[in-house]
Amino acid sequence: MIPSQFDYIAAQSVEQATRLLEQTQGAKILAGGMSLLPAVKARLNEPGLLIDIGKLDELVGVSTGWLGRLKIGAMSTHVSLIDHPDLTAQPIFSDAARVIADVQVRNRGTIGGSLSYADPAADWPAVFLALEGEVLLRSHKKKRKVKAEDFFISMMTSAVASNELLTEVAFSLDSKRAGNAYIKHRQPASGLALAGAAVNLVVDKKQRIEKINMGVSGVNAMPFLARSLSEKLQGGVLPSEDALQKLCAQVDECDPLEDLHGGADYRRALLANAASRSITLAYQRATAA
Amino acid sequence: MSEAGKAKMGQPMNRLEDPKLVTGNGCYVDDIKRDGMLHLDFLRSPYAHADILSIDTDAALALPGVVAIYTGADLADKLGPVPSFSVPGNFFNTPDMHMLALDKVRFVGEMVVAVVASDRYIARDARELIKVNYKPLPAVTDIEKALLDDAPLVHESMGSNRAFMIPIGDAEGAAKALEGADVVVKERLINQRVIPNPMETRGVVAEYSPWDNELTAWISTQAPQNLRRDFAKFLDHPDAKLRVIAPDVGGGFGPKGAVYPDELMTVYVARELARPVKWIEERQESMMATTHARGQVYDVEMGVNRDGSIQGLRIHMLAHMGAHYGANTPVTAMVTAACITGAYKIPHAVLNAESVFTHTTCIDAYRGFGRTESSYLIERMVNRLAQEIDMDPVELRHKNFIQPDEFPYITPMNNTYDDGHYEVSMSRALEMADYDALREQQRVFRAKGRYVGIGVSSHVWRASFRMPDTHGTDNWCIGGWEKSTVTVSDNGGVTVTIGTCSMGQGIATATAQVVADVLSIDTDNIKIVEKDTFAAPFGNGSMGSRSMVTGGSATLLAAKKARAKILRLAAHLLDSVDDELELKDGCVLVVGQPEKSVSLFDIARLSLRGQEEQPLNEEPTIEESAVYEIPKFAPEFATHTAAWGTHLCLVEVQPATGKIDILRYIAVDDVGRAINPKICAGQIHGGVAQGLGQALMEEAVYDDDGQLLTSSFLDYCTPKATDMPWLEVDFTETPNPTNALGVRGVGESGTCGASPVLVNAVVDALSPLGVTHIDMPLKPEKVWKAIQQAQGDVQEASRHSQKTPRDSQQAQPRPQQEQHA
Repeated sequence: MIPSQFDYIAAQSVEQATRLLEQTQGAKILAGGMSLLPAVKARLNEPGLLIDIGKLDELVGVSTGWLGRLKIGAMSTHVSLIDHPDLTAQPIFSDAARVIADVQVRNRGTIGGSLSYADPAADWPAVFLALEGEVLLRSHKKKRKVKAEDFFISMMTSAVASNELLTEVAFSLDSKRAGNAYIKHRQPASGLALAGAAVNLVVDKKQRIEKINMGVSGVNAMPFLARSLSEKLQGGVLPSEDALQKLCAQVDECDPLEDLHGGADYRRALLANAASRSITLAYQRATAA
Repeated sequence: MSEAGKAKMGQPMNRLEDPKLVTGNGCYVDDIKRDGMLHLDFLRSPYAHADILSIDTDAALALPGVVAIYTGADLADKLGPVPSFSVPGNFFNTPDMHMLALDKVRFVGEMVVAVVASDRYIARDARELIKVNYKPLPAVTDIEKALLDDAPLVHESMGSNRAFMIPIGDAEGAAKALEGADVVVKERLINQRVIPNPMETRGVVAEYSPWDNELTAWISTQAPQNLRRDFAKFLDHPDAKLRVIAPDVGGGFGPKGAVYPDELMTVYVARELARPVKWIEERQESMMATTHARGQVYDVEMGVNRDGSIQGLRIHMLAHMGAHYGANTPVTAMVTAACITGAYKIPHAVLNAESVFTHTTCIDAYRGFGRTESSYLIERMVNRLAQEIDMDPVELRHKNFIQPDEFPYITPMNNTYDDGHYEVSMSRALEMADYDALREQQRVFRAKGRYVGIGVSSHVWRASFRMPDTHGTDNWCIGGWEKSTVTVSDNGGVTVTIGTCSMGQGIATATAQVVADVLSIDTDNIKIVEKDTFAAPFGNGSMGSRSMVTGGSATLLAAKKARAKILRLAAHLLDSVDDELELKDGCVLVVGQPEKSVSLFDIARLSLRGQEEQPLNEEPTIEESAVYEIPKFAPEFATHTAAWGTHLCLVEVQPATGKIDILRYIAVDDVGRAINPKICAGQIHGGVAQGLGQALMEEAVYDDDGQLLTSSFLDYCTPKATDMPWLEVDFTETPNPTNALGVRGVGESGTCGASPVLVNAVVDALSPLGVTHIDMPLKPEKVWKAIQQAQGDVQEASRHSQKTPRDSQQAQPRPQQEQHA
């Protein structure tokens, strides 16, 4: 684990970070470093310059606005989002942050880093999709917003361009009769998801599902929204346990990876289990509220 | 804080080693820094099998800071083959392994080029600049494919990938016994290949002083004296000028018991360049090139009568060797064979051991080597028989245990057990579990459709052994003895030098407890010196749960000799006789006359006076040595002592995901007398963690090209604290009659018990579905598939039975079963 030589700068401002990123060939942003640094140490990634944004306090924290508007700074660590006082109405954040990797990774890793890295088995991408979030991307001269559904391009590739820094994740969340949840099955060695289901739903006064989104991690080569399942569930009350499990076992978008840690059939079965439990929990939360 | 006077042995004292280690103030190899130290890095083969056509090191040599580069060709004339188990003319003879590959590589991770540079980063950069032109060749990593006629050969000169084939036991008797048995169960069991992964990887700092020709190596090892011998022989260096020091060692577990080519290379380079050299193994290197373990496949036939009496056992074993022999590679297979009958009276048994070379790193010792494998097989099979004849597995064990009055017991594999009281530990485990109530609870759960299972294993395992003399080779040198020296200084402090090797077990604490009791002093006044070949007595290091049995017993004897001398001197000072005296709180007192006493301090001073002032013509100094050797029953048998235990585990399997919840885990081990119950419990915890790791999640996986797919902790799954159940640990301390301490060994009990008990519990949980066996590791996916398969079978069977009720009995899923009337 001996990296090749690289330069290192602890950025003093977002402006400096994006300028360096724009101007330096082979520069990379260093956030929590929980994925990047192991790759650098193994020489799988040999950046010429690491721009550390760890000292940029303006990128840390949760802020809430009108109408369920919620902004999370990109450098907010996973652990900081567990039981966060401003996120009590959105338990999905605690659900997900709690089960990311291990304590060390949760202490250092960040939500912005995780989304930028776009690992299909990471947890935040599924949550981001389910909550229909939006990220703010800044380059030296420009700012742009990208919606969750447009954010994931391919395996390990997000919409963040090589000259851009992800600074903020934003959500507009329902608060009335809304519920969300995240449940995953872990790959036991890495702690990444073999199958995870992030569910966000809203029920009407008759406890019928008015709107539901499910983001899925770990199963396909990319995180995805299970739209076909949403269509089947919208408009009805929560199906019986058996019926729900059957529905969750047939997610049309499901095109599972196969590897050492799980074949396609097994990932499908895990998704069925995680999805039905996650939907049930989100529904209970929505109807209890 | 003096607690002198209170017996230390048997107390759960905190470990004397811990304050330093747990505060991060230990000194491991990588903490050692010497002036002018160079750094070594190895370019290793990316191919499992390839010809080396050419090596170009020019660009690397030109890099500023690079001091030297070595290839196999550079060393071929200077250095012989790497020490291994293989010896010319010996039964286990195999082709040599060179320190750096010469013309061919035979596993991913084999060393090809060594780079020496002024710092570790430059060494690593230089490595990138070396160009090796390989011609990749077909490889074989699967043990059965390796035996096919058209398999690529690991060593052409051998003509086959078979390393050796030995039948052990009584083939004819076993065949007859199986013929006569009411039921014969056939099963194929796989003990998968695992990676031991000590927390501290291997590493060496070597330093050479040309002025006095002294060569010093600080190395993370379990056996400094063995390495001294190997270094001296390999480098043709005067033995007396070779100092091997094991600093703090972050876990050994077997792989650090022998010498490796990278370690030899580090010492060689230090002498060549007359500069200190450091090499620290990276985790990925460790996973690829440090020895792996287990890797055995068995076809088993076991016969039992309906009354539960086991009749016979026949096994064909395929054992992975890897691409070469390391120092102990074939030993695991041989020990597995010797121990295969476990705690049971099996009248006739035979094991045909066939060992196989593959394009993979060597197999070698790992916690419980041979005993963990044999325990897994026999404990799994006993449960399998119980399931077959519908008898409680506990009852089947009761019926077949070797009984206390039958020791010393010679097994059909010509293995001897000195002593055994298996019922004692099993009863305690059953009592802790409230076994009958637990079975009742299981019935209730089952009625609700829950998959709850109870596993039992009653492993017996030999500790502290050596191979019989006739079996040994030049390089197999683990004696059944240890030496210890106890020295009382002029201030009454006590130094104990021992030949075993702490790698985190707490040997210093347990040794100090023994000495503290014999000399009636506090452990604060005792220093244990070990792991330095210039300072400690010759010894065999620590492996195979031998340290307390041999080293502890030697220390007891030496301390008693020192005590005797102290009393003789005290008798002179007090004008009394030895048997009127007692040692207490650092003083010698005359019994019944407490006012007549003399301190250890005064006695020590007396001992250092000149010869003419010594009473009774004693030699000056109190420095007493003793050797303890495990008694041999007969010259042809290996010497060792036996330990045993019963583990019991309650699991629930989640059918939707195949996940296993361990609800209770009870470990009752008989380690003989527990010198320090806390340390013993810690050993059980660690062993169970490694055993459960193998049972649940660990597996070294190679693809068909010989690439190791599990070469980092992202893919190789080692159990973490959060994966561990709560362990209910207890000991039944039946004193071992063969040594004065009464100890049996503890380090490997956990691995021996844990893997079979977990699999037994899971199979028991799924037995209503007709599941009879699942191979380790019981990854959720594998368990889920077994459930899916079994549920399919059951549905199929019930459909079938609705049509033709008469066939329903035959449709019960009982695969691979033969019955004899």
